[in-house]
Amino acid sequence: MSTISYKEKIAARAAREISEGKVVNFGIGIPTLIAKFLPPEVQFFVHAENGVLGMGGRCPRGREDRNLIDAGGAYVELVPGASFSDSSVSFAMIRGGRLDVAFLGALEVSGKGDLANWIIPGKYAPGIGGAMEVAQKARRLVVVTNHNDRADNPKIVEECTLPLTGKACVDLIITEIAVMQPTRRGLLLLEIAEGVELEEVRQRTGTELLLPPEGPGRF
Amino acid sequence: MNKVCSLDQALGRVNPGDTVMVGGFGVPGTPFTLLDGLLKGGVNELTVIKNEANEDHMGISKLVEAGLVRKMITTHLGLNKTVIGMMNRGEVEVEFYPQGILAEKIRAGGAGLFGLLTDIGMDTELLSSTKQTMWFEGRELIVESALKGDVALLHAAKADRFGNLVYAKSAKNFNPVMATAATTVIAEVEELVEIGDLDPEHVHTPGAFVDHVVLLEELSEEYGILEHHII
Repeated sequence: MSTISYKEKIAARAAREISEGKVVNFGIGIPTLIAKFLPPEVQFFVHAENGVLGMGGRCPRGREDRNLIDAGGAYVELVPGASFSDSSVSFAMIRGGRLDVAFLGALEVSGKGDLANWIIPGKYAPGIGGAMEVAQKARRLVVVTNHNDRADNPKIVEECTLPLTGKACVDLIITEIAVMQPTRRGLLLLEIAEGVELEEVRQRTGTELLLPPEGPGRF
Repeated sequence: MNKVCSLDQALGRVNPGDTVMVGGFGVPGTPFTLLDGLLKGGVNELTVIKNEANEDHMGISKLVEAGLVRKMITTHLGLNKTVIGMMNRGEVEVEFYPQGILAEKIRAGGAGLFGLLTDIGMDTELLSSTKQTMWFEGRELIVESALKGDVALLHAAKADRFGNLVYAKSAKNFNPVMATAATTVIAEVEELVEIGDLDPEHVHTPGAFVDHVVLLEELSEEYGILEHHII
């Protein structure tokens, strides 16, 4: 699998977590690919921290508006029903519990649903941005990430070693080989990617995997 | 009633050592012309409150690179390697807040409040250990102080001579809250209309908050489309 197809596999599965009428936030990286896997008849509203609710896709070349970007600086389009707000109101939506589902990347995520994604002390410290508020307050938080880091270490671990973004905040983890749900008892393996064996998922995961009674499904 | 003045007159209100709030999130809403004026004037030892530091060699980044900024109070510098490097070398002090908490600290300052209580950051010891916390209604919360500025520098699409402001699309961002939270509020504007020409329903920042309006003669390249963000 090339890097692109890894990411698209994850994004395509993540798109199934969005349904009609939902208010959705996409973090940077893989989450930005999710929207294109949704059928056009599903009406949902993408929130961007910089004060846009109802973003469409990225702007086709030549149609950019200098006053209309997403939180990563990309020029975007609007969908019917869109609105603008200032930063205070934009984050009231987040902290007030109006994000139905948010998708974030991860540096580490634990079987209990702790998430670390904002700092590697001494190496990577660009600031907090909006991630902490999204992680702590989205009604449902889906982590979309490669299963392992570039050095093949598991990103899904027993305990996060990096400073946390949020504690027990992750509801679902989607990687290129598995879909997992953090629970109080541990990490439940819901689905395995087509062509991948359970043993491989076990080997590449840094915490014990629980299996549902009917066994994991396929995606 | 006429708050319109020249760039130099307006920027004459900014003094060395001031705390300056600067609107904008990326290009939209950033007052590039006011910032270039500050750069030219060389007013130094500034504490700057801004969502981010713009991108390398743009907007507020130019002031930081010129050594005019002592401290930045901000949320994320991910798109500016130059300022991250200066931060890592200790050439500029940086204080980070979660983005919405920064907005609320400013909003509290503007609303005449002294602070706020939040659970954002309580899950990470790296943050909570540096904060004042208190028990309130059965849980431990972080106490955040309100933020005020000596000056706020804003960018609006349209204004009248009273200082009523209208922002465009995602150029609102931090501008409306900062408009409420500084002793002297300066707005650069793309279009100036007469009093009565703005529909009261469409005013985003009421003129009471605004002290000086600077009409932009032209928009420099910085306000335009950034090639590297195009598909």
